[in-house]
Amino acid sequence: MRINTFKNMILSALMLTVFNIGFASDPKEGGDDKKFDPKEMIMHHVKDAYGMHILTLNEGKEDEEHITIPLPIILWTDNGLTTFMSSEFHHDYHGHQVVEKGGQRFVNVHEKVYQLNEGETAVTLDEEGHPTNAHMPLDFSITRNVFMMWVSIVVLLLIFLTAARRYKKSDENVPSGIASFVEPLIVFVRDEIAKPMIGEHKYKRYMPYLLTVFFFIWINNIFGLIPILNGANLSGNIAFTFTLAVITFIITTFSGNKNYWKHIFWMPGVPVPMKIFLMPIEIVGMFVKPVSLMIRLFANITAGHIIILSLISLVFIFKSIAIAPISVAFSLFITIIEVVVTAIQAYIFTILSALYFGMATEEAHH
Amino acid sequence: MDLVNPGFGLIFWTLISFLCLLIILRKFAWKPILGAVSEREEGIKDALASAENARKEMENLQADNERILQEARAEREAMLKDAREIREQTIAKAESEAQEKASQIIEKAQAAIESEKKAAMVELKSHVAGLSLDIAEKVVREELSNKDKQLKLVEGMLGEATLN
Repeated sequence: MRINTFKNMILSALMLTVFNIGFASDPKEGGDDKKFDPKEMIMHHVKDAYGMHILTLNEGKEDEEHITIPLPIILWTDNGLTTFMSSEFHHDYHGHQVVEKGGQRFVNVHEKVYQLNEGETAVTLDEEGHPTNAHMPLDFSITRNVFMMWVSIVVLLLIFLTAARRYKKSDENVPSGIASFVEPLIVFVRDEIAKPMIGEHKYKRYMPYLLTVFFFIWINNIFGLIPILNGANLSGNIAFTFTLAVITFIITTFSGNKNYWKHIFWMPGVPVPMKIFLMPIEIVGMFVKPVSLMIRLFANITAGHIIILSLISLVFIFKSIAIAPISVAFSLFITIIEVVVTAIQAYIFTILSALYFGMATEEAHH
Repeated sequence: MDLVNPGFGLIFWTLISFLCLLIILRKFAWKPILGAVSEREEGIKDALASAENARKEMENLQADNERILQEARAEREAMLKDAREIREQTIAKAESEAQEKASQIIEKAQAAIESEKKAAMVELKSHVAGLSLDIAEKVVREELSNKDKQLKLVEGMLGEATLN
């Protein structure tokens, strides 16, 4: 998998701070029953999960209580479809709670559902924490990211269908209400992204995709920043950015004209040895473009979340209320930057998609 | 490590959800909104163009007005000039006619005077002739009334009429 080659690079770049903090807190301090592990906390916030965990009451005590919105787990196993609610795991993600459904046993290890092999009753983990006696079924669960995506879709539909209805009501196409708020944004996508990148004549075909992807990414970036939704970090999830990048890639490839393919396989205007030399570079470039789209959005959003969570973690690492003002001030600062980043990243994804479409449909001008 | 491993489930749901969103928004949101926006922009463009046209028309009208005014002024001028000329001509004609008539009248009068004069002359001549005859008759009668005188006269006449 191509993505694997980027793995180490991204991880080392993104999580340096997290690892450092993690090691710094390693020496045993205090006599607390439960040691605070910022890396685990951050990773569980940044990654997907099976339930919408909102709050934990009386943490670490006998009457510990979790306030969670349970979400359905949908698995395609050897015996067909198996579904149950995430609450059946009782907030366990260490593989202790075994859920039995139709003769199959499932455990949740770090928010991944594993199916225990035939005859096993408990999961055994290797040194890195991966199960040794279980395998992963095909997982179609409505995780919190899927759930938040649907919420965002409902919000988008509410906003834009209401806006569209506003135009129908008015005789002279005068925007009012929500329409006067979204119209400048739509006109911005049209005049600042689609028209200059694709060109006056061809931009119309791509407008629906560009508008949808712009608002879809933006609203999910914003939702990712709302604390009570507990980092439903959809636009910082590589599966999400991968899907959108693949759609951009497919549209680019299918709208590529003769001129586009000629520039890839037989670059006009350069000598033949150069043509042969450029061909593999251009072919790699064809795939690097969507990969860069995927990684840029994922890395920017995830990095923002990790920084904010790391800054908040400082309070618990130092176990001092004195550090709280600094930590809150810094995380507020980063959050404000992140609010800007939500729009910038949506803009960049959209403008680069438009640029690729523009390159694919550009006519020869030699 | 699964932070950078795309999960199959999320890809599946993202793809389906995004495509549904795209289709719904394209049909029910982007089409009407973009349509309305471009329609309005066209409307604004048209309105501006027609305003420009109206302005040009106005300018044309003004130019026309100016031209018509100019023409009217020129016409008035010409008419006034004509009138003046006609008047002058009329006056000149009348003057010359009057002159002619006057000279004709004078000529006639002169001719009449001449003829009167001639007639008078003729009458005068005949009158004078008559008168002279009367006088001569009377004188002769007087002279011939006595014998002496008659003789004297004859002698005087004979004396004058010297024979060659």
